[in-house]
Amino acid sequence: MTQLALVIDLNVCVGCHACVTSCKEWNTSGNAGFMSDFNPYDEDPTGTFFNRVQTFEIGEYPNTQTVHFPKSCLHCEEPPCVPVCPTGASYKREEDGIVLVDYDKCIGCKYCSWACPYGARELDANQKVMKKCTLCVDRIYDETLPESERKPACVLACPTSARLFGDVNDPESNVSEQIRDNGGYQLMPEWGTKPANHYLPRRKAKITIHHDELTRVDNPLNKERQLPMPDEDEQTLDDIMSW
Amino acid sequence: MSQPVHNPTSKATDENSRIETKNTTCYMCACRCGIRVTLRDGEVRYIQGNPEHPLNKGVICAKGASGIMKQYSPARLTKPLMRKPGSDRGDNDFEEISWEKAFSVMEERLANIRATDPKKFALFTGRDQMQALTGLFAKQFGTPNYAAHGGFCSVNMAAGMIYTIGGSFWEFGGPDLDRSKLFIMIGTAEDHHSNPMKIALANFKRNGGKFIAINPVRSGYAGIADEWVPIKPGTDGALFLAMINEIIKQGLYDRDFLVKYTNSAELVNMDEKSTEHGMFVRFEVPKEEGCFDAQNKLWWDRELNKPISMHTNGSDPYLLGEFELDDGTPVKPAFQLLEERVKDYTPEWASDITGIPAETIKRLAYEMGITARDEKIELPISWTDTWGNEHDHITGNPVSFHAMRGLAAHSNGFQSIRALSILMSILGTIDRPGGFRHKAPFPRPIPPCAKTATSWDDIQPNTPLNGMPLGWPADPDDLFVDDDGQPIRLDKAFSWEHPLAVHGMMQNAITNAWRGDPYSIDTMMIFMSNMAWNSTMNTESVRDMLNDKDEEGEYKIPFLIVCDAFESEMVAFADLVLPDTTYLERHDVMSMLDRPISEFDGPVDSVRIPVLPPTGECKPFQEVLIEIGSRLKLPAFVDEQGKRKYRDYPDFIINYQTAPDSGIGFLAGWRGKGGEKFMKGEPNPNQWEMYEKNNCVYQHELPKSYQYMRNWNQGYLEWAKRHSLTRYAEPINIHIYSEVLQKFRLAAQGKSDGKQPPDHLRDRINTHFDPLPFYSDTLEAQQTDLRQYPLNAITQRPMAMYHSWDSQNAWLRQIHTHNYLYVNTKTAEAAGIADGQWMWVASMHGKVRCMCRHSEAVEPGTVWTWNAIGKASGAWGLKDRANESKKGFLLNHLISEELPPSEAGQHLSNSDPVTGQAGWYDVRVKIYPAAADEPEETSPQFKAGAVTPGTRPARGLRWLKYFAGKNYNK
Repeated sequence: MTQLALVIDLNVCVGCHACVTSCKEWNTSGNAGFMSDFNPYDEDPTGTFFNRVQTFEIGEYPNTQTVHFPKSCLHCEEPPCVPVCPTGASYKREEDGIVLVDYDKCIGCKYCSWACPYGARELDANQKVMKKCTLCVDRIYDETLPESERKPACVLACPTSARLFGDVNDPESNVSEQIRDNGGYQLMPEWGTKPANHYLPRRKAKITIHHDELTRVDNPLNKERQLPMPDEDEQTLDDIMSW
Repeated sequence: MSQPVHNPTSKATDENSRIETKNTTCYMCACRCGIRVTLRDGEVRYIQGNPEHPLNKGVICAKGASGIMKQYSPARLTKPLMRKPGSDRGDNDFEEISWEKAFSVMEERLANIRATDPKKFALFTGRDQMQALTGLFAKQFGTPNYAAHGGFCSVNMAAGMIYTIGGSFWEFGGPDLDRSKLFIMIGTAEDHHSNPMKIALANFKRNGGKFIAINPVRSGYAGIADEWVPIKPGTDGALFLAMINEIIKQGLYDRDFLVKYTNSAELVNMDEKSTEHGMFVRFEVPKEEGCFDAQNKLWWDRELNKPISMHTNGSDPYLLGEFELDDGTPVKPAFQLLEERVKDYTPEWASDITGIPAETIKRLAYEMGITARDEKIELPISWTDTWGNEHDHITGNPVSFHAMRGLAAHSNGFQSIRALSILMSILGTIDRPGGFRHKAPFPRPIPPCAKTATSWDDIQPNTPLNGMPLGWPADPDDLFVDDDGQPIRLDKAFSWEHPLAVHGMMQNAITNAWRGDPYSIDTMMIFMSNMAWNSTMNTESVRDMLNDKDEEGEYKIPFLIVCDAFESEMVAFADLVLPDTTYLERHDVMSMLDRPISEFDGPVDSVRIPVLPPTGECKPFQEVLIEIGSRLKLPAFVDEQGKRKYRDYPDFIINYQTAPDSGIGFLAGWRGKGGEKFMKGEPNPNQWEMYEKNNCVYQHELPKSYQYMRNWNQGYLEWAKRHSLTRYAEPINIHIYSEVLQKFRLAAQGKSDGKQPPDHLRDRINTHFDPLPFYSDTLEAQQTDLRQYPLNAITQRPMAMYHSWDSQNAWLRQIHTHNYLYVNTKTAEAAGIADGQWMWVASMHGKVRCMCRHSEAVEPGTVWTWNAIGKASGAWGLKDRANESKKGFLLNHLISEELPPSEAGQHLSNSDPVTGQAGWYDVRVKIYPAAADEPEETSPQFKAGAVTPGTRPARGLRWLKYFAGKNYNK
C-alpha cells in the first residue's frame, strides 16, 4: 500500500526556513488555506504554519551541536489523531496514506491535537478548524503542473534538498533507499504511531593523517636546501693529495 | 466575501480566476535568484524558484517565499512626502506632495549646487547592486561624494582578496564545492550568495567532503559542519599566519604553483638605504604604463646560481635564500620574506590569541596541505598559459575556503584577508578545480584599472567629475587628496586615513557632514539605507546629528532626501521622501558593469521585469535618477541640444553606451541590432524582450579550456580583452608580497617622490601598509581597557532575514520577533545572569538593556545577537508595542563610528586603516544583570513618530488572512 512521506536529511539541513514559508505561501492561497496570522504587525504575532523549524543545541561547549529540526505532520501509519476525532473530519487516505482534515466536518474540539504526540496540528485561531500539512495534496496530483513540480512546496523550495518525497512502502523508491542506506529513523517509535516521515541523522566526515604523509622525500623544501659551501679559494683535499 | 475551498483534495486549478505566471529576479536579499511569480486575479498567488535559472535551479529561500508579505506590507510608502514645516526630523511628520513638486524642489536645489559647488551634494546608497547607475549619476553631477554600502559591509574582503589574487568571494568568485574535498568556512553564518551556497554545500556533504566551520558561534551553516572550530573574534589573521607557518615548515605548499603563478620567486631589494627598498628588482626599467604587472622582475636560478629574468624557459628559481646582485644589492625571494614573517607566528603563539588549541591548528594545516597535495584532480583539458607553454591538463588541489563579514568587519581585517588569500595561494588552489574559482568579469589586474579623481581640479561646477567616484589606487599618487595630503571626499575615502577605501566609507558620511570635517555639505541623498538605525554605528548620536542645528537654527545637514520603499527609521529623518517600488514592480539589471551573477564557467547577467504595476505613486529610484539627470542636463542623460535622451529606465538600459559607439552597455546579452552579439555590440531595441523570453537571464559558457587558471590563461585573457572585460591580456600573478602596499610604506618613510602622508599619519601608514600580512589587535581593542571590557560582542544575521531590508515581513517576523543576547552559559553564570533574565551589555561607548539567552554554541569570550531584528518604536508599520521595539535591540548603540582620539587623529574612523572597512565586530563589552525594579523592556527606547501618510492603516490589523485573488485581504 502506498504511503507518501517526507524524509528529512538533518545532515544537510541548515535551518534556513525555506520550507516553512514556501509551505505557508503555497497553502494560504490554496485549498487548505487560508492560514491566518494574529497580530501580524503587533506584539506577539502568531500564525498558522504547517511546518516549523526548531533549532536547539546539544552538548556542552566546545562539543556543541546546533541542530536544525524541521517538523510537520508525520502522516503516521497508525495516526492517533484519527480515531479520536468525533466527527470523522480527521482521516487517513487509503490510496496514498496522507492524513487530512476535512474542514467542513471539523468542529475545532482539539482532541486530535491532544492525541498527536508530535504537536504537528495547529488550530487556525481565526477559522477555528484544525489544520496541518497535507503533503500539498493539491499539488502532487495536479496534472496542470509539470511533472517535476508535482511535489510538496517545501520539497521544491528546499535549497539543500534536505527534504525527499516519495513512497516509503516501496522498497525501490529513493526515500526507502535513503532510509536504508543512511540510518533513517522515526520519531518516538515507542508510541506505536508508525510515523511515515523519517529523519536521516548527521553523518560526520573525517580526515585521517598518517605520519608518512608529513615526511615525504618529495618535500619541496629539499629544493631550497642551500647547504653551506666553502669559498672557492679555500683549500680542499683535492688540492693537497697527490696519491 | 467568498470562502476558500474546504476540500483539500480538490485540485489547485482556478477555473474562475485569471492565472498568470511571469518570470523575474528576486530581491528579498542580494542573492538574486530567478523566480516565477504566479498571479491570481492580479494578486501574488505563489513565488517559486525558477527551475530554469542557473543561479538557484528552482529552489527558493525563506525570504524569497515570503515576498508576498513584502509586496503587501502596510509599511509601504506610496506617496512623495515633505516634512511638515516646524516639525523636527525624526518626528515622521509629513505631508503628501506631488512628484512634480518633489522633482522641482530637487531640480532647483541640485542645479544650484552643481553650478556653484558640486561637492555639496552627496549621494550614498545602501543597495549597491545599482552602483553602475548611481555611480554614473554622481560622476555626471560632478560630486566626489558618492559611495554605496561596501565600506560598512565587507570591503576588506573585496580589497584584501583583489589586491592579492585579482578576485574575491561573492559574485566575483567562490569555492568550487562540486570538486572540493575539504571546505573551510570562516566568519560566515549565512551568505550573500545564499541559495547557490546551500545547494553546493549539500552536494559537497553528500559527496563525502569534510566541512570545517571557523566561527565564534555555531549557527547557520556551521550547524552542519563536520567540525566546528570556535575562535575569538578578530583573531583570524593569527590563525592563518600560524597555518601558513606550519604549511611552509612541513613543506606542504605547492611549490610549482608558487613559482609559476605568484610573485614568490621574484627578488626583492633588501637595501634599506635604497629608495627601491622592498621593491622588486627589475631587469629593465621602462616606464610601466598600464595597470598590469610587467614581466620584468628577476628570479635566482637554482642551476646557474645567478639571477635570471623571470619565467625564462627551463629555469627553476629558489623560493628561499638570500642572494647578492652583481652591484652588491642584497636580495631575497618574496617567499623567503614570507617565511621569515611567519616564523614566529607559531601554532602555540596563535593558540593564546585565537583560543584554538595549537594541536588543532597544526592538524587543520596538515589536513589542508595533505588534501591539497595528495587528492589532486587532473582534468583532461588542454590550455595555453600566457608565457606560451601548452598544458594537456588542468590540475586542481581540492581545498576550498569561503569567508564573509566575520573575517572582514575588523580593523585588522585587510591583513587577515591578505593572510587567507596567501594561505589559499600556497595551497595552489586559485582558479583551479576544487579550489577557489573566479567569475566574470574577474580576474582583473592587481589592482584593477579604474581610478578615482585625484585633486580639487577634478571637481568643477557644471562639469562631470574628472575620474571615477570609486577606484583602485595602485600607488600614493592615485589618492584623492589635496596638496597638503588632506581628504577631498566627505567620507575621507582614498585619503591617507584610509588609502584603499575602494568602496567608500558611508559609515562616516553623516558624522563628517554634521561636524563639517572636512567640510559642510548642502544636500544628502540616501537610497535604501537605514542610516538612522541598523546601518549606522553609534545610532543614538547619529540620530541626534541628523536633527542638529547650528546657531542660526539651520540644520547642520541642510537637506536630506531619502528614497525607500518602506517607512524605515531613516525615512523619519528625511526632508523629502521618495517612495520606491518593490522588486516585483520594477525593471532592473544585474549588470556586468556592476555586480553580475556570473557562474564559474562564464559571464551571466540578468534582469527584473515588473510582474505588478507600481503601488500608489511609487516610482523606481532608477526612474528618479534619470528624470533628475535629464532635468539637470547631465551630459550622459541629454543630447547635444540638451534634450532628454532616454524616455525611461528601460530605454536607458537598451541605448546607453559607456562611450559613443563603445558597444558596451548595462546588459551583456543579445546586443547588436538583432541580438546576435554579446558583451559588446550596438544597442538592440528588443533586448528586454529577449531577456524576458529567456528567464530574464543571459548566460555565456566559456570553452572548457578558458574556464580555469584564468589569471594566466592566454586563451581566456585574450577572450576577455576581445570582449572588453579587461584592457590587457597580461598575466595576473598573485601578490604573495604586495609591492602596492610597499609603495605607500615608502611614502610614509619619506623615500618616494610622489604624494606624501601628513606627518601624524606616517607611523600608521608605515605599520599597516606592510607588504606581508601581519597580526595586530584591532584598533578598538588597543584603545580599550580590556580588564573592564573583557568580552567581544558581535552580530550575525539569521538565514530567514539575511539581507532582508524590510524585516517587518508578517511571516518572517514570526520566526524572529525579537532577539536575545547569546552568552556562553558559564560566562553568564559567572556574571550572575540567568537564562531569559534582563541584563545590561555595555561598552566604553554606550549600553543596552536586553534579554539573555544561555548558549553552549558560542565561545566563552564572545556575546552575540541577531542583528537588525530590533526596531524603533512605530517604524516599519509595526505597532508601537511590537516585540521588535520592546524586546528587540540593536547592538549598534555600543559601537562607535570613530576611534578615541590618538596621535594619529582626533576623529579617525573606527575602520580598517587600509580600506576603511567599518570595524563592526571590534567592540569590547562587559555584562551585568539588570536590577529587579527596572522595566522589562530594552533600552534605549525611542518615541514613536506620527503615522506616515500613504502607508496602510494596518497598525490596528488583528487578523491577516492572506488568500490571493479572492479579496480576502482587503
